[in-house]
Amino acid sequence: MGKRSVIPFGPQHPVLPEPIHIDLVIEDEKVVEAIPSVGFIHRGLESLVDKRDYNQMTYVVERTCGICSFQHGMGYCEAMEHVFGVDVPARAKYLRTIWAELGRMHSHLLWLGLLADGFGYENLFYQCWRVREKVLDMQEMTSGGRLIFSVNKVGGVIKDIEKEKLDIILKTMDEVEEELTVIKDTFLLDYSVQSRLQGVGIVTKEQAHDLGCAGPFARASGIRTDMRKLGYAAYPDLDFEPIISATGDSYARCYCRIMEIFQSIDLIRQAIGKIPNETDLFTPVKGNPDGEYFMRVEQPRGEAVYYVKASGKQYLDRFRVRTPTFANLPGLCEMLKNTQLSDVGLLVLTIDPCISCTER
Amino acid sequence: MGEVIHPEEKLVEIGTDQLLTKVMELKKAGYRLSQACAAYVNEKFELSYSFAEDTTYQYTTLRVVIDTDTEVPSITDIVPPAVFYENEMKELFGVKIQMISLDYNNKFYRIEAETPLGPKPDAAAEGKEA
Repeated sequence: MGKRSVIPFGPQHPVLPEPIHIDLVIEDEKVVEAIPSVGFIHRGLESLVDKRDYNQMTYVVERTCGICSFQHGMGYCEAMEHVFGVDVPARAKYLRTIWAELGRMHSHLLWLGLLADGFGYENLFYQCWRVREKVLDMQEMTSGGRLIFSVNKVGGVIKDIEKEKLDIILKTMDEVEEELTVIKDTFLLDYSVQSRLQGVGIVTKEQAHDLGCAGPFARASGIRTDMRKLGYAAYPDLDFEPIISATGDSYARCYCRIMEIFQSIDLIRQAIGKIPNETDLFTPVKGNPDGEYFMRVEQPRGEAVYYVKASGKQYLDRFRVRTPTFANLPGLCEMLKNTQLSDVGLLVLTIDPCISCTER
Repeated sequence: MGEVIHPEEKLVEIGTDQLLTKVMELKKAGYRLSQACAAYVNEKFELSYSFAEDTTYQYTTLRVVIDTDTEVPSITDIVPPAVFYENEMKELFGVKIQMISLDYNNKFYRIEAETPLGPKPDAAAEGKEA
């Protein structure tokens, strides 16, 4: 056994967009244990249920994260709609689906850029973020916000997307698809990229299951799970299957996320092709909530769980969000074991960590 | 059209003494830990441990209701990823959990306030913001 030492990784590190600290126990250059530590940006958003009513909480929940803001709002509203027992108008369901998939696209493109930057391919990083700008433009055009839309409301949505704008989205999807095809080939076929990703940070299917991994991290290890199959929003009307890979390495995680962008493009086209032409965007909700529900939503990083509990008062008794990164931390620690110290930065990136979400 | 799954979602209330047995049963049945959280309602702690099955999407939540001074066993020996959930329950609510495999000793979130979501001795004195 070599000499053991502990190397602190983070909270400030070039590959980390947000702060997390990991104590890396190493033997020579090999990591033998990784102990994470969070708490640098805990905001106590859940405690605001004491001070904000269930409608105001929609805006609080949307601010859990700047990347998957819309999906946070949607997950919370879907949970509240189950408690109230209200049915959301069909057009609102389709609008939620379109915004959710635009959000998935920009999140994955952001991650691909960070990954490229992580393994030193700056030009690829710029290309990913250049394409992402087009998606952000679509979000701004349809909602008024580039990242935080504030369009969700318990019972539906508060904004519509007009026919002309839906046509612009379709045209933009064609452009993004064409440019993404070139980027995809670089990520998946380039020798230098493969050498950094293939066979590195393997998490087996059994490990991913036992450690409770979620989203593309779990799917890259062969677990066929996708919460969109539960049938919220307009997903029951759309044709798609979870994208999985069997190898469980960094390359597989990259593959799953790239292919999910193409899947999102397809889902947006399907949704725009089927969106009902009606004027109702939300169902009025009356009274105060009474009951509880666990809502599961497939965010870009995986399964997010929204727990709401109410007892007939204006304020909720409890709101809780379990974000995908929270579920993926145990998998990350396991993945780092027996890897080389030089790979740690890139491996941390491959779970697409969102620490602001995690700490709430 | 893709297949839409309508899974059974169960909430099972159990006693503290049944917790480890039920968790073991769900693990053996192929469930993974989806989430665990606490709530402070009616001067009691409600602990929810949710388990998901990835093929059928079945969702089972074990609910343990305890007094604030009652201790519960840690499930981390059976389900290792529960470690962060249990540290959160302990730090934010003050739930007394025995033998967490990796106990951060109330430093998981590095917050100054003591059990901010748990019982507040001076709760009556605090006004609600409109």
